[in-house]
Amino acid sequence: MTELSPARFSEQAAAALKDAALQRALGNMRIGFIEKRRKAADKLPEFEALRDEGVAIKNHTLAHLDLYLEAYEKKAVEAGGQVHWARDAGEARQIVLRICRDAGARTVTKGKSMIGEEMHLNPFLEANDIEPVETDLGEYIIQLRHETPSHIIAPAIHVNKDQVADAFREHHTALPPDRPLDEGPDLLAEARTELRERFIEADVGITGANFLIAETGSSIIVTNEGNGDLTQILPRVHIVLASLEKVVPTLEDATTLMRLLARSATGQEMSVYTTVSTGPRRAGDPDGPEEYHVILLDNGRSALYGTEFQEVFRCIRCGACLNHCPVYGAIGGHAYGTVYPGPIGKVLSPALMGIDKAGKLPNASSFCGRCEEVCPMRIPLPKLMRHWREEEYDRKLNPAAVRWGLGLWAWAVRRPALYRFGARFAIAGMAFLGRRRGHLKALPMAGGWTAHRNLPAPQGGTFHDLWRKRKSTRRRTDR
Amino acid sequence: MPDSPTVALFVTCLVDLFRPSVGFAAVKLLEQAGCTVEAPSAQACCGQPGYNSGDRKSAQAIAKGVIAAFEGYDYVVAPSGSCGGMIAKHYPELFAGDPAWQARAEALAAKTHELISYLVDVRGMTAVESRLDAVCTYHDSCSSLREMKVKAQPRRLLQSVEGLALRELETPEVCCGFGGAFCVKYPDISNAMVADKTADIAQTGADTVLAGDLGCLMNIAGKLSRDGSAIRAWHVAEVLAGVEAPPIAQAETPGGGSGGRP
Ligand code: SF4
Repeated sequence: MTELSPARFSEQAAAALKDAALQRALGNMRIGFIEKRRKAADKLPEFEALRDEGVAIKNHTLAHLDLYLEAYEKKAVEAGGQVHWARDAGEARQIVLRICRDAGARTVTKGKSMIGEEMHLNPFLEANDIEPVETDLGEYIIQLRHETPSHIIAPAIHVNKDQVADAFREHHTALPPDRPLDEGPDLLAEARTELRERFIEADVGITGANFLIAETGSSIIVTNEGNGDLTQILPRVHIVLASLEKVVPTLEDATTLMRLLARSATGQEMSVYTTVSTGPRRAGDPDGPEEYHVILLDNGRSALYGTEFQEVFRCIRCGACLNHCPVYGAIGGHAYGTVYPGPIGKVLSPALMGIDKAGKLPNASSFCGRCEEVCPMRIPLPKLMRHWREEEYDRKLNPAAVRWGLGLWAWAVRRPALYRFGARFAIAGMAFLGRRRGHLKALPMAGGWTAHRNLPAPQGGTFHDLWRKRKSTRRRTDR
Repeated sequence: MPDSPTVALFVTCLVDLFRPSVGFAAVKLLEQAGCTVEAPSAQACCGQPGYNSGDRKSAQAIAKGVIAAFEGYDYVVAPSGSCGGMIAKHYPELFAGDPAWQARAEALAAKTHELISYLVDVRGMTAVESRLDAVCTYHDSCSSLREMKVKAQPRRLLQSVEGLALRELETPEVCCGFGGAFCVKYPDISNAMVADKTADIAQTGADTVLAGDLGCLMNIAGKLSRDGSAIRAWHVAEVLAGVEAPPIAQAETPGGGSGGRP
């Protein structure tokens, strides 16, 4: 497989549209998530107020981010944890490697972590002879298939059940080949048995964090499978990967955001497991790791603070914007060629990798606004995509033909009389060509349109010309 | 506000060039609602193509022209949620950091409306006198729905059209894939979206699809026409005012005539 890249977005999207298995998987996804979220939101009369509260919590935190991060670090260290600051993915990888080497780790278990994806951690660990084992069912499936997540909360949403069964048969070779694997529960049970062993073998457990709590120095993860608990409790060392904006002031604040997160993500009132970790195992604790590390990753984020893009740091990674996005629904997550797909990815990716590399993404939106409508944190995603388009335009990164066309259009539109003079001929021509059928099947320079649809023919004559005629007739009859 | 306000019609570039009948339908409805209608000639486009392509400077220059041409009227009304939304929601933001123009943009924004919501919400229109024998379905265009809060108003007026039955789409609020330049920049994705939309339209059993934005309608009707479908498409204003032109992308109303004039 050639490496996916945002520069090849159009080609990747075209391939995704032709991928029958992917289209089958996406078809199942689209209705499910949307219905569930709607029901959960409708059931909670204060849902809109809760959104406002969530926005206020995050805005407040972001306005004082330095203070809350320092407070968090202080508390985490007091609880016996170790906090590491990483400027970029490379630094973060080295920190992970050092901790693993010190622990003599051969195997690490991993809970789902998008920051881990941002760090491209798995290939790095493998290259250093450490075996990463994904323990979230979806992550486990795509690890077997040598893929990256295609969705931020449902990493294997692009895989159909029969494809999961195929992957299991290929990798779990010790099991009888003719075992039944048709139903979800069969697959789940088999994954569980396979993973149980690995949980016990692991020397280090790596998880993400949904929230970091400044008042207690805790990290919180929410999961539906309980794999996160086993990942962080059983091994001797627990590493938490988190980005800077995960911090919130209090546990109370986190619970408010959790109510929004579960409803927006899966339509649940609450995720099944909520795990709060504060430092390593204390004397008298029945379980827990001996070492507790937190890696705080910047990776280009701090450059966005104080800019119009700061709003994106309210994101709680619920995935609602992906679930409701018609573009995501048509092409799935891999076509974006970035760690974060969908509307949030279109805003975040140019920040993480540069608008020169990810410029296609913020352009690939019809600005339908559904993402902003459902985003629990009211992030103005279309507006931020437009800001990226402006940056691209200002830095002259878009194709010359587009710039030239736009320039000509803008010049003409500002001169309505001249514009109308020119339009009159174009319209008359098209109206003539389309007069019999009412539409045109092809037209020079309109291939983007006519590849898939006919072009409705103009009725003939512009409104303004007809209006002027009508007014003069009215005036004459009035006389 | 006078009881017979003077309304400046923002015709929109697509209606001006492709479908003047929508503009005349808008004039008719506004006059029925007691307005005096003018269509300032110093208008071409709201500037949205530049704005959404990142060319903020051109968008500002165009917006200044529109503001100057329209600020003298009691109201500005557009037969489009998209162009109406550009003026009402985006012009003020376009002039952030330029207090003088921002104030003028805000003043204009405050009196700018999408046509159907203006008729119902501001002019109190509750019914029209029109007839069309059709089973219709209605597509909520994204800007009308989300920026201009148009949802119940067109349905309410359509109920009063004689001979017309309305059947809802399964997903009336999902984008049809037009998105201005989006549909030509990303034709394959746009095609997948409009194909979903036309499948939903067909699934209702309706023989007619209506919407309040000509961009979406040209996209939907263009797709229906390419697929050989006989489903007719009109702008909702045309139906409310009494249909006078063949459906979009069709030469004649199937079955002859030009729809059901009262
Ligand atoms: S941008 Fe909003 S909707 Fe999208 S993942 Fe983040 S919080 Fe959820």
